[in-house]
Amino acid sequence: MRALPWLALALAFAFIYLPVGTLVLFSFQDGRVPVPPFTGPTLDWYAAVLADDDLMEALLNSLVVAVGSSALACALGFLAAYGLARHALPASGLMRGLLIAPMTVSYLIVGLGLLIVLNRLGVGVSLWTAGLGHAVINLPLCFAIVFASMGAQQHNAERAARDLGADEVRVIVLVTVPMLAPALLAAFFLSMTLSWDEFIIAFLLTRFDVTLPVEIWSLLRSGLSPKTNAVGSLVFLVSVAVVLAAELIVFGRRRR
Amino acid sequence: MTADIRLHGLSHRFGPFQALQGIDLAIPAGTYVTLLGPSGCGKTTLLSVLGGFIQPSEGRVMIDGRDMTAVTPAKRPTTTVFQDYALFPHMSVRDNVAFGLRMAGVRRRARADRAEQRLALVGLKAAADKRPHELSGGQRQRVALARALAVEPDVLLLDEPLGALDLKLRRAMQDELKAIQRRLGTTFVHVTHDQEEAMAIADRIVVMNRGRIEDHGSPDRLYRRPASLFAADFMGEMNHIPASRRVDGGVDTPFGPVPVAAPERAGTDLVLCLRPEAIHPGVGAVRLGPARVTDAAFFGTHCRAHVVPDAAPDLTLIAHLPPKTPPAPDTVLELFADPAEVCVFPAEDKP
Amino acid sequence: MSLGTETRAGWGFVAPALLWTTAFFVAPFLVMAAMSLATLEGRSLVWGLHLDNYARLFSQGYLLRAVAVSLEITVTVTLVSVLLAYPLAWIIAFHVPKRWQRLALLLTILPFWTSYVVRSYAWLLVLAREGVVNDTLLALGLIAEPLTLANTRFATVTGFVHFFVMLLTLTIYANLVQLSPNYARAARDLGASGLQTFRHVILPLTLPGIVTGAFLTFVLCIGDYITPQILGGNNELTVPQVIMVQLGRRADFPLASALSLMLMGIVTLAYLACARWLRLDRL
Repeated sequence: MRALPWLALALAFAFIYLPVGTLVLFSFQDGRVPVPPFTGPTLDWYAAVLADDDLMEALLNSLVVAVGSSALACALGFLAAYGLARHALPASGLMRGLLIAPMTVSYLIVGLGLLIVLNRLGVGVSLWTAGLGHAVINLPLCFAIVFASMGAQQHNAERAARDLGADEVRVIVLVTVPMLAPALLAAFFLSMTLSWDEFIIAFLLTRFDVTLPVEIWSLLRSGLSPKTNAVGSLVFLVSVAVVLAAELIVFGRRRR
Repeated sequence: MTADIRLHGLSHRFGPFQALQGIDLAIPAGTYVTLLGPSGCGKTTLLSVLGGFIQPSEGRVMIDGRDMTAVTPAKRPTTTVFQDYALFPHMSVRDNVAFGLRMAGVRRRARADRAEQRLALVGLKAAADKRPHELSGGQRQRVALARALAVEPDVLLLDEPLGALDLKLRRAMQDELKAIQRRLGTTFVHVTHDQEEAMAIADRIVVMNRGRIEDHGSPDRLYRRPASLFAADFMGEMNHIPASRRVDGGVDTPFGPVPVAAPERAGTDLVLCLRPEAIHPGVGAVRLGPARVTDAAFFGTHCRAHVVPDAAPDLTLIAHLPPKTPPAPDTVLELFADPAEVCVFPAEDKP
Repeated sequence: MSLGTETRAGWGFVAPALLWTTAFFVAPFLVMAAMSLATLEGRSLVWGLHLDNYARLFSQGYLLRAVAVSLEITVTVTLVSVLLAYPLAWIIAFHVPKRWQRLALLLTILPFWTSYVVRSYAWLLVLAREGVVNDTLLALGLIAEPLTLANTRFATVTGFVHFFVMLLTLTIYANLVQLSPNYARAARDLGASGLQTFRHVILPLTLPGIVTGAFLTFVLCIGDYITPQILGGNNELTVPQVIMVQLGRRADFPLASALSLMLMGIVTLAYLACARWLRLDRL
């Protein structure tokens, strides 16, 4: 009976890691199809990925879109959170609701709405429009995270700073932002990973220059290939590195 | 509805930490006992052992003459009032109080009646339909009490039950707890770190430190004749006067010999303990001699003064002087003490 | 301090985000709503107040079928995910020693960060006719012929469940550990058995967390295109797949808009059904 929970835990982890494990293992496949039996290992497919200009360009595009849209979403979200938390505004509940609203709607619908408007206005889709879409979906998240961490402690510190003669801009730059740094970083990293990974909006709102998930998607159309495994494994590796870095930076600091 | 408790050789460790060590204790049925001590002294662990939430590493727990050491909390004749009350937030006050009866299979009507009786006992009959979050801290405390009492336990365990209440409410609840205990006759075991609270409610106090029992007995005995230096300090403010053993077994102090016996096991260095209220101007058997007042504050029932005796200028004593005439600083008073109020401990017991 | 200037300064902070959301979320949504009332005549768009597109949802079999498929898959995924995630979260919260819990959680959600597209692809590898599962089962002699696992609803559900078990484990775990252990102790102390403690105390107290997680699962699952497209094949289409077909092949924006609004309608109904327990602010 005592072993039962551990057995269940082992089974759960087996289920959770089955696809990732398969993905990574067969990225080293020395053959044309990533299915058993495993032959290899070889790094040929990684070399093929790194030599693929389209993929490398898409990776760079993804990075630019992720960083840009996350920075914008964080900035807008922070300002709105500060305004709503520190100033008594009429209809603040309604405004909070409006800012959070995009979170409750499928990405597909957000993307479709933007696509229709862009079509009507005659604006062509590009990495810019994809970034715009990502900022729309990440703004609620950044706002919610920052708003939730604006506690009484910060408020008192801000008051103290104002009491000592700081104007509002200096209060924000010297007190509020440093005190909220963990929340802002968390919001930024979370937005980045979401944007980096987002498919449907990027698919609808880009055409010639595409982001990595869209490029991988078109790779999939040519069937199963260890090259796709290699790209997937690389993306996984990079994401995990970012997540661990975020964990160490954000939570390591908080723990101290 | 009531039972006695006997603990034999209880010990418990959490990993390398010795939480309880060699606890032997007998609690007669129907007494109100407090476990008193600083945080980390093992009092809450001991209560958890009594409630069955912790299996002791060694020793036995006997309740009403039956061995309860391995019996689960559900099957013990004990219930607990938790420090955070642990009221079920999704149930009404009535359902909270009736929960134990529901688990025992009592019918809906009957258990609602019993719950309301219990709520009446704690003065909360009107709140039966409310949810816990609608109540004040003091009211939640009463509900927790009513819930634990609804199953008619032989022993009620209270884990710092008044810790979250403000001072005034705490004093009122102390009186109420004591009155309820008298009415029901149930054995109450109450954990606290507040010495005044312990003295206000307990028939017997158990002073604990570092997993051991330092002393136990009636509040006045513990206060006047504590068994250890730790118990002496914990029961109230205490003056420590360095002293030494004389060859004939008597005690020497900077104020001359004091007619009390040095403790058997002690070496040469001793500590003589004197409560502030045992020091007074006027006549007494132990003469402390002239002392200069450095400051004094008026407390209503007494005047709390810091005094430096001429015989021991390195020492500052605290004395509770009569409140009528608060002495001005630098006043010199002739001070005395009563040997009956003096205790002596080995100096190596000092932390 | 005059309230007037205070308020004006506050507006200055909130305005950029409000304008952004209004311009790029609210306005497009309104345009899409208007679009759902327009019609296509040949290749050209005719604006108006027609309910034709909505009528088509009920008159055309494949559209109604897509709604049914989407709902069936989403409900199955939500139920299965909760039933798997709850015990997993429970084990991590109450059986794994405290100092290892953070690591266990991190391990649970690490595959979250495989790219979304790649994760579905990885399941395709696992479930393929020559894939790991069939290979193992054949080697063990449990089956004689490879099973058809990929390009089925089973594959879609598996891919979804994998994703949402990770998400739900996280939310349910957070819910379980924030409960004071004294609730369970109090219940046991008052005579409740383990099962009674769970049924009368722990489950009701964690219900808001479960419902919130389940609602999130519902919303994300019903609106997802990638997982059914990669894993489900083309035997049956979900609503998002139909929307993409309308956009891609036929450029039928009005019908795609109507379908999108209907998806939102379903989500709203789901929201109302569980609003009582929802704690979206706690996410």
